[in-house]
Amino acid sequence: MPYVVGKPLKRKEDQKLITGHGHFTDDIKLPDMLYAAMKRSQYAHAKIKSVQVDEALKLPGVIAIYTGSDVQDKIKSIRSIWLVPGCDLIPKDRVPLATDKVNYVGEAVAMVIADSRYVAYDALDLIEVEYEELPAVVHQEEALEATAPTIYDDVPNNIAFTWKAGAVPEDIFVNADVVVKQRFYEQRVVANPMETRAAVAHFNPGSGELTLWCTTQNPHIHRMTYSDILGIPETKLRVIAPDMGGGFGAKIAVYTEEALVAFAAMDLKQPVKWIENRQEHFLATSHARDQVITTELAGTKDGKILAIRAKNIANLGAYLSTMGAGVPTIDFGLMITGAYTIPYAECETIGVYTNTTPTDAYRGAGKPEASYQIERIVNLYADKIGMDQVEVRRINLVPQGSFPYTNAMGCNYDSGDYQKVLRTALDTINYDELRKEQEEARKNGRLVGVGISTYVELCGLGPSKVAGAIGFGGGLWENSTIRVHPSGKVTIFTGASPHGQGEKTTFSQVVADKFGIPVEDIELVSGDTLINSMGWGTYGSRTTPVAGGALALAAERVVEKAKTIAAHELEVDVSDVDFNNGVFSVNGHPEKVRTFQEIAWSANNAWNLPEGVEPALEGQSFFDPPDFVYPFGAHICVVEVDQDTGMVKLKKYVCVDDVGRIINPLIVEGQIHGGIAQGIGQALWEQAVYSEKGQLLSGTFMDYAMPKASFFPMIESSFIESPSPVNALGVKGVGEAGTTAAPSAIVNAVIDALKPFGVVDLEMPLTPEKVWTAMQEGRNIK
Amino acid sequence: MTKKVNVTVNVNGKTRSAEVEPRTLLVHLLRDEFNLTGTHIGCDTSQCGACTVLMDGKAIKSCTVLAVQADGTAITTVEGLGSVEKLHPIQQGFWEEHGLQCGFCTPGVMMAASNLLHENLNPTEDEIRNALEGVICRCTGYQFIVKAVQHAAKLMRTENEEIAIAEATLTEGER
Repeated sequence: MPYVVGKPLKRKEDQKLITGHGHFTDDIKLPDMLYAAMKRSQYAHAKIKSVQVDEALKLPGVIAIYTGSDVQDKIKSIRSIWLVPGCDLIPKDRVPLATDKVNYVGEAVAMVIADSRYVAYDALDLIEVEYEELPAVVHQEEALEATAPTIYDDVPNNIAFTWKAGAVPEDIFVNADVVVKQRFYEQRVVANPMETRAAVAHFNPGSGELTLWCTTQNPHIHRMTYSDILGIPETKLRVIAPDMGGGFGAKIAVYTEEALVAFAAMDLKQPVKWIENRQEHFLATSHARDQVITTELAGTKDGKILAIRAKNIANLGAYLSTMGAGVPTIDFGLMITGAYTIPYAECETIGVYTNTTPTDAYRGAGKPEASYQIERIVNLYADKIGMDQVEVRRINLVPQGSFPYTNAMGCNYDSGDYQKVLRTALDTINYDELRKEQEEARKNGRLVGVGISTYVELCGLGPSKVAGAIGFGGGLWENSTIRVHPSGKVTIFTGASPHGQGEKTTFSQVVADKFGIPVEDIELVSGDTLINSMGWGTYGSRTTPVAGGALALAAERVVEKAKTIAAHELEVDVSDVDFNNGVFSVNGHPEKVRTFQEIAWSANNAWNLPEGVEPALEGQSFFDPPDFVYPFGAHICVVEVDQDTGMVKLKKYVCVDDVGRIINPLIVEGQIHGGIAQGIGQALWEQAVYSEKGQLLSGTFMDYAMPKASFFPMIESSFIESPSPVNALGVKGVGEAGTTAAPSAIVNAVIDALKPFGVVDLEMPLTPEKVWTAMQEGRNIK
Repeated sequence: MTKKVNVTVNVNGKTRSAEVEPRTLLVHLLRDEFNLTGTHIGCDTSQCGACTVLMDGKAIKSCTVLAVQADGTAITTVEGLGSVEKLHPIQQGFWEEHGLQCGFCTPGVMMAASNLLHENLNPTEDEIRNALEGVICRCTGYQFIVKAVQHAAKLMRTENEEIAIAEATLTEGER
C-alpha cells in the first residue's frame, strides 16, 4: 500500500453529503413526533407579571405549553462548566424558562408543543406575557458605571469577576523610551453555523431511556450536564450528535432548549423535535468576542519590546455561558505576548453581565482577541519609532533555536521557526516591491495598504491537570479506540466529535499507514455517547492533536498485539517479527509471512493464540497530552481603499502557516481558508449591534453581513511543517489559525492605506462609512 | 385549521402529490412530505440559499416559494442531480476539489452552480463568485467552491465535446 499521510485524499465524508444523504438533526422523523417552539422575551430587561397560555392551548393541534413555573422544580439551571478560580467569580446560571424576570431579548419564557411546526408557531402568537420593563444595560463599560442598572442584586456593578495574571514591574513603563497605549474593541460577532441548533428527543417509558439527538460539538459534556439537570443517570441518557452543519464554537455551550425538549418528550411520552430558526439563533445561541481591550506596550527606541499589559473588559451577556469566563481570561490572557519574546506581561480581565445574549467561544475563543491587540499595538509601536512593521517583528519574534520557548505567562511554545514563516510570506508576496508599488499608487491618489500579522495560538486543549488548575469542570484528555474486524477492516471510535473538519478521512489516513491497509477499509464513528467512550469533544483545535494522539498510540497497541500473534503462528520470537506495510515477516525466512488481514482473522477467531493473549484485536488509548500545541504563521494582505466611498477592496492575501505535521493538505488548506474568511468577516463586515434598549438590530441575515463568495480574492496559502513534540502525530491543530491571524492583518493593511489621513486606529468592522468618516476627519485636520 | 389543497409536482422526474395547507413552503413539501431531506433550511429571510432547488430549470429558494406555487412545475433537488453510482460533474467537482466541509449549505450551493453552468459552461472566477451571490457557506471561505465549479465546468465541457464527437462519427445508418 502506498503511504497516504501527507496526501490530499478526497474526503470519505463527502459522498453522502453531495448526494443529499446527509443525516442532520432536522432530517430525523419519528412516529408520533411533536414539535416544540419557544416563546421568547422581546424585552432586554423586564419583570414577568404574568404568562397567559389559555388561548394558545385552545388552538387545535397544541398539545402542551410549559412556562417557567411548570418546569422550575423539574429542570435545574445550567451551570457554566468553566469556573475560573481566583477571580471572585459570581456565576449566573441559565434557568430553563424565565420565571420572574427576563434578562435579554430572546430569553425563553414558555415552550409550546404541537403536532406540527406551523401550529407550534401559531400558538406562540396567542401566548400573552405581561412584562414590566426595567432599564437595560448592553455595553460593558456602561454597565460598570455607578449609575448603571444592576441585573442581579448580588452582583454589585454587574461585575462577574476580576481576573489577573502576570506582572510587569512598574519602573519598566516609567523608564521605557517609548510607551504606546491603545483601546481596541473586539466587536460582538455571531458564529452563525449554517445549520442552526436543533434537537430531537425520544423517551422509552418502559426502560426509562432517553435519546437526545442534538447539535453539539461535545456530546459527552452535554450528557454530563443534562443528566444532572434532568435527573437522569448517564446510563439512561444517550446523546447523539448526528451530521452537523458547522459549529465554530457556538455548539460547545450547553443550552436550555435541548433540555426542555428532552423534558417534554419524557413528560408527554412522545418524541419531540425543536429546530431553532435563524432569527432565534441570533438571539438564543451564544454570541462571541465583545471585549474592550486596552493595551500598553513599553519598548526601546530601537525596536525591542520590553513589556505589555492589557486590560480587558469582557461582555459576558446576561448569564455565564458554558465557557464564558474562560474565553476572555485564560484563553486571552495567557497569549497577550503573541509570537514575541516579551520579558514581562500583565493582564487584567473584568467580566461584566449585561442585558444581552450570553457570550462564549467562537473559532479561536480568546486567541483572536489576544492576537489582535498585540498585532495592532506592535504596528502602532513601529509607527511611533519610525520602523517598518516587518523590522519590528524581526527584532521581537521568538528566535530560532529557542524552543520550547516559555512566554511571560508561562506557556511553552512547542516548536518551529517563527522568523522563517515571516520571511517566506514576505518573499511570496514580494514585500519590498509591494512597498514601491504602494508608493507609486499613493502618488497617483490611490490608497493601497499592506498589513502583516504574525500570530501564535494556544491549541490542542489540553493537559487535564491544567484543565483542573484553571477551573475547567472536566478533563481535556481524549480517547480513540481501534477495532479490527475479522476481515481486517477497521472501525475507529473517538470521544472527539468532528462535524465538518474531516477526521473520518485524516484518522483513516493515519491508521491506513500504521496497518498498511486501504483507507477504504476504515470508518470513523463519533458523536454518540452510547457507542463512544468518554471524551471531551471537538473545539480548541484539539481533535487531531489530542484524539489523533490517542489514535496513534491505540494503533501501536494493535500492532504490538498483532505482532505477538504473528510470532506465535510463525513460530519465532516476537522480536524477530517485522511489521511493514501490512505484512508481518521474519528476516531471512521469506516463507514466514502473515498479512494484517490474516492476523485479524486469527485474533478474532482465537483458535490458536499464544499463552496469555486475549482474543480479538482492539487497541485503545486515553491520551492526556503533556502540553498544549502552538500553531503559528505569518499572514500578509494588500487592500485598496476607495477614496470616494470608503469601501475596502481585498487585493491579495498570502499566508504561511506552521500547523505541525500535515496529514491531509487539502483538508488543512480548507481549514485555513475558512478561518481566514471568518477573520476577514470580523475585520470588515460582521457585527452584532444592539440598540440602547437591548434590541438586537442585526438579528437576521438581512442585517448581519455574512461574507459571500464575491467578497474574497484567491488566498495564497502555503505551509512549513515543524512537528510538535507533544503528540505522537506531531500535529498542532489548524481550525482556528485563520480567525486568529486574519483580523489584524486586514486592519493593519487598512490603517496603512489610510496613513495619508493620519488615521491611527479604527474599530472593527471597517465598514465603508467608518473608513469614509475617518478620511473626512483626516482631511479636516489637515 | 385551513383547508388543505392538493399539490402535484414533478420531482426529480417522478410525479408526486400531497395534501398541504396553502401556506406550506415548498421546502417543507420537499422535506416533510416527500422526505427529500437533502434540501436544507439555513435561514428565514431568503438569504442563505441552503434551500436552493431548480424549478423548471431555474434556481429558486424553496423557502420563499409556496408549495401551491410549485403546483405543476418540475423540481430538481440535490437527490435528482446525480447519484452515488453516477455523480453529476458538479458533485464530482465538489468532491475532488474539497468544495465542502460540513456539507450543510452544499446542496443549495451545487444547485446554484447548476443554474450557472446551464447558462455558461465557461465562467470566469468573477462570474462564479457572482453567481453564488444567493448562497452562504460559513466553512470553506468559498475558494474551493470556486475551484469545484471550475472543475465541474471543465468536466461538463469535456462531456459535451465527447457527445459532439460521438455524434459526428455516427454513420447515417446509425442515426
